[in-house]
Amino acid sequence: MLEIKNLAAEIDGKQILKGIDLVVPDGEIHAIMGPNGSGKSTLGYVLAGRNGYTVTAGTATFDGVDILAMEPEQRAAAGLFLAFQYPVELPGVNNANFLRTAMNAQRRTRGEPELNAVEFLKLARAETKRLSMPEDTLKRNVNVGFSGGEKKRNEVLQMELLRPRIAVLDETDSGLDIDALKIVADGVNALRSPGFSAVVITHYQRLLDHLVPDRVHVLANGRIIRSGGPELALALEADGYAAIVAEAA
Amino acid sequence: MNAIRPPSALQQGAQAFLSRYDGLKSSLPGDPGLREAAADLFRAGGLPGAREEAWRYTFLRPVAEVDFHTPLPAPADCTALLARLPAIDAPRLVFADGRYRADLSTPATPAIIATGAPALGPLARPEQDKLVALNTMLAEDGAAITVPAGTDAGTLVLVSLGTGAADRATAFHPRHAVHLAAGSRMTLIEIFLGEGSYLDNPVLSATVEADATLTHLRLQDEAKAAFHLSTVYADVAERGTYDSFALNLGARLSRMEVHARLGGSGAAAHLNAAQLLGGEQHGDFTTVVLHDAPNTQSRQTVKNVLTDRAHGVFQGKIEVNRLAQKTDGYQMNQTLLLSPGAEINAKPQLEIYADDVKCSHGCTVGELDENHLFYLRSRGLSLAEARAMLIRAFLSEALDPIAHDAGRAVLEQAVANWWEQHSV
Repeated sequence: MLEIKNLAAEIDGKQILKGIDLVVPDGEIHAIMGPNGSGKSTLGYVLAGRNGYTVTAGTATFDGVDILAMEPEQRAAAGLFLAFQYPVELPGVNNANFLRTAMNAQRRTRGEPELNAVEFLKLARAETKRLSMPEDTLKRNVNVGFSGGEKKRNEVLQMELLRPRIAVLDETDSGLDIDALKIVADGVNALRSPGFSAVVITHYQRLLDHLVPDRVHVLANGRIIRSGGPELALALEADGYAAIVAEAA
Repeated sequence: MNAIRPPSALQQGAQAFLSRYDGLKSSLPGDPGLREAAADLFRAGGLPGAREEAWRYTFLRPVAEVDFHTPLPAPADCTALLARLPAIDAPRLVFADGRYRADLSTPATPAIIATGAPALGPLARPEQDKLVALNTMLAEDGAAITVPAGTDAGTLVLVSLGTGAADRATAFHPRHAVHLAAGSRMTLIEIFLGEGSYLDNPVLSATVEADATLTHLRLQDEAKAAFHLSTVYADVAERGTYDSFALNLGARLSRMEVHARLGGSGAAAHLNAAQLLGGEQHGDFTTVVLHDAPNTQSRQTVKNVLTDRAHGVFQGKIEVNRLAQKTDGYQMNQTLLLSPGAEINAKPQLEIYADDVKCSHGCTVGELDENHLFYLRSRGLSLAEARAMLIRAFLSEALDPIAHDAGRAVLEQAVANWWEQHSV
């Protein structure tokens, strides 16, 4: 279970998160929506441990363990995964080598046996196929020359292979056509289980048609100002954020 | 009032080499006339100093300050060093302290090999290449390797071992010549290893005749207290290729200097390199490519990874002769600085006297990208693993084109070992 209490964070002296309270029980999918600049991506980065953000108040625990005190790789090994809004291109880094190194690094940290090249390729090829990615995906350099949609699917591929216990998907749907959107949603749905939960950051209701959330939260100006069921997303789609933001102010 | 200035360290160092020559010259093999001419040049010019454009960033004072001895006549025990030699399934020639060691060599190759005397040739540019004059003056031994026309000589490993003791530094100046006759091929893998304190000042001249291809892979992994000052001349005839890669990571102070002359239409030279330097190391990779005929091509991708207080130098000169129309020259030099104390001097130079040429060069200096590191760490890689992966990626443009699998594997392993020692 992910528990965030009164979390505040700043970057370059600018306060972005101003007291976030959020509980994501195991097995649930929560959507976070909100206007641009409200702090959605910052929340993802702070949870994953990116440099440059200073937590000024509050806590974030996963199964009772303080994740904010951990290095990014320790958070990953503990089961946290961030799907980046803008996946990084890594020239010279082979995608298969990257994926296998990541899987084995986490396995090592958890005391599990490492995968050899054959075992890895079997798994990776099956997932690549399931996500309808081109066959050369594994041979190419990480995200180099990938279209926007391919990059997002490569994030989902990593998630499928790394099998996190909690995933934060930062606008993984933006830039996707309808077919790709469905593939991404199916990818997350395939992981749905009592041992998996997700925080899905999105601007659009249409992802939530395929990936039905248990809860929807509205983040504005660094705080969660409204929470509700899936119907909240439909209301936002119809009426926009302005009314809710004004009401909260 | 003119006071008489005491001799500088460089002058004293040069004088010591000249005294050595005076003591040895009656016993040195080969043409005494060539030696004497080289000694005259060296006497007049001495060791290169910082006032010379080509030596602005590499100071030889630390070399000049060491009192070098001639290697002892008894053959050194090289067991420990040979155990460190990467396994390559190919014939090898081993030189220890500049002398051929038949007992350690397995020279069964289609190439014709002569040893026991330095392969002295005329100095390419005697007034400029003072270290070549020094080499010519004092060379005791070397390999003369000839590949007959139309022959594929496969792979040959040329090993240089330095066995200097801490209290008795040695200097040696091996002189090799490689001759590929028309339409022949060979891969020459040169490996420099050592222990203790010594100066290795080898010169290798390669002649690549028409339609021949020499692949020249070099691993400079000399002892930490050693000096490595090597010069390669490659002369490439029409449709010939000199395809080289140098990995410069050993020695306290090193300079790998390569001169390639493209002398016939369709000739090509690839002078790729990587320098990995840490601690207080100084490493210099210097190239001069002379496009001396029309329709010639040169490619240089040089990568530097510097950490601690290391100092790297890259100097790359492309000269295009008036007649060398349709020249295609490319040079890229990139540096990763892993710590604030590391320093690079990069100097690309283009001298173009023809009007219909395509020449480009680029130079970048940077650090590892924080976003890249975070991306990898967020997937579970430790900081050291993430850095290793990004450094390897940075080197890939220079390493990946090496088509010789065994040679590339040796170089990859050397990169991995280097990182193991510097990732703390």
